[in-house]
Amino acid sequence: MANKKSNPPKMMVPNWNLFIGLVKFTLCAIIMAFGYLLLEDDINEWINRKPLPIGDINKRSSTSDEDDWNKTVNGIHLRSGLHADPNLQVIIGACTSCHSSKLITQNKATREGWKQMIRWMQKTQNLGDLGKSEPVILDYLAKYYAPKEEGRRQNIDVEAIEWYVLDLEE
Amino acid sequence: MDSEQSRSRRTFIKSSSIASLAMMLGTPIIYGSNLSSGDSIIGEAITEWFDLPGKSSELTVLNDRPINAETPAHLLNDDLTPNDLFFVRNNGIPPNKVDVSIWTVSIEGESAKNKKAYTIADLKSKFKTHTLNLTLECGGNGRSEYNPPAKGNQWSIGAVGCAAWTGVLLKDVLADVGIKSNAVYIGYYGEDTHLSGDPDKDPISRGVPISKALEPESMIAWSMNGQDLPQLNGYPLRLVFGGYPASCSGKWLSKIVIRDQVHDGQKMSGKSYRIPCDPVAPGAKVVDEDMCIIERMPVKSLITYPKTGALIKQGTRLPIQGHAWTSADQITAVDYSIDFGVNWMACKVSPAKNKYQWQRFEAEVEIPKVGYYEVWAKATDSDGNSQPIILPGWNPKGYLNNACHRIAVKVK
Repeated sequence: MANKKSNPPKMMVPNWNLFIGLVKFTLCAIIMAFGYLLLEDDINEWINRKPLPIGDINKRSSTSDEDDWNKTVNGIHLRSGLHADPNLQVIIGACTSCHSSKLITQNKATREGWKQMIRWMQKTQNLGDLGKSEPVILDYLAKYYAPKEEGRRQNIDVEAIEWYVLDLEE
Repeated sequence: MDSEQSRSRRTFIKSSSIASLAMMLGTPIIYGSNLSSGDSIIGEAITEWFDLPGKSSELTVLNDRPINAETPAHLLNDDLTPNDLFFVRNNGIPPNKVDVSIWTVSIEGESAKNKKAYTIADLKSKFKTHTLNLTLECGGNGRSEYNPPAKGNQWSIGAVGCAAWTGVLLKDVLADVGIKSNAVYIGYYGEDTHLSGDPDKDPISRGVPISKALEPESMIAWSMNGQDLPQLNGYPLRLVFGGYPASCSGKWLSKIVIRDQVHDGQKMSGKSYRIPCDPVAPGAKVVDEDMCIIERMPVKSLITYPKTGALIKQGTRLPIQGHAWTSADQITAVDYSIDFGVNWMACKVSPAKNKYQWQRFEAEVEIPKVGYYEVWAKATDSDGNSQPIILPGWNPKGYLNNACHRIAVKVK
């Protein structure tokens, strides 16, 4: 930063090229501002990007296929962990702006049960009216996150256990 | 770095197609009542990769907004659960800027004789400091096993831990403020914020009956296992009530109210932390008026060694270890079974240093022949209560599952 003496202001001579330039600049700024409004989330996310989201947060490792965040594997939308469906974006928009998608995936309920949860969120958690989206959301939840018929206590999930050799003294 | 950038760029382009944008814009505004101009109205499903501050990556994360994470049973073998392994049950967003030097807790309410505020330094200088080993367990621990399923975080078994808490006794502080004779309850307020960002909403504000508040183990604590409280467990100040649902033990504590009625803060009413006053059949509909606040937690135990899934050689003796806890005076017995409850054998049980500390049990298990086995543990407390083998009474929100813990073992 060298010390410079500021030059005396020059006379601004209006000219046609400058005017055209200004118009172009203004138009460009309007388009960019509008674009930003539309894509605010994407842009912010792009700027503040973090290591890749992963399906299983406990593994703390990045997924091998990092090219497509919106990829679906075995019926699961990788980015959200939610079941893939033509209406998935409605569910993502309505539910996950306020809470984690894990709150959906770890729960199971009937259509009526999910409806009660929505009513509870509306009553106590500032959730607004879901309008036409509500039946779409309820259909989705009741389809993919329905209760299973189970007994009073399930078997230990033997398939899920990571068996290991435990050496003991004889 | 470079590849990350190009990948992000691709994603950016892909997800900004007009079709998906239109679809996203078509979704309704959710927190319409408190949107400010800077808020986004477009939902985004981002399961962010992140570390839980001060927590081990071995915790099982059930929910990341708010943060809820439990400890696998085999990591709970220490007599005092290390801070980085202690479970997290948050209802809101913890405060991120904490200045310990100016942090205060105020004591007020209609049944307080005075209104007083204490800095942490005041608490340390005015009252006797105590260290107690107290077990905290989430009221919903074990919820995942209930059927029909209950909504909420699907805790399996690890929303429990026991730590050495250092602080002052709540009764000493309440006495300094003065308690009116009509006091029935205390309620707490913390500095965590509601998930919706609404500053007028408390994420949680629960409490305990005045008799519980005055017990000689009820604390205001600033330290856990000799260190500052972890941020996710209430730094810099919290309540600790052993034997009650951990939701009573308010974190990021800034205010206590002495009430002349049952405290009516967030998650004190409706079905939160309540069970049917009278037992109901699984799946029954229960109206709010018939739901009663959970007070004492039931007797329970965990096998913390070995980790489930051990393959052992025939002819070896299998040592088992674990912890048992109760809201009664103490654990009087822990028994184990390796034949699905046909026969039960006694474990050795160690005494507690103070009430509400979990107690260690251990045994040497002889397994006669090859095959698949389950080791079950069942504790009994000084009230004579024990643990069911199947699920205890169903309740709409899935609280208080103290069914005996089971691990699987194969002998070859």
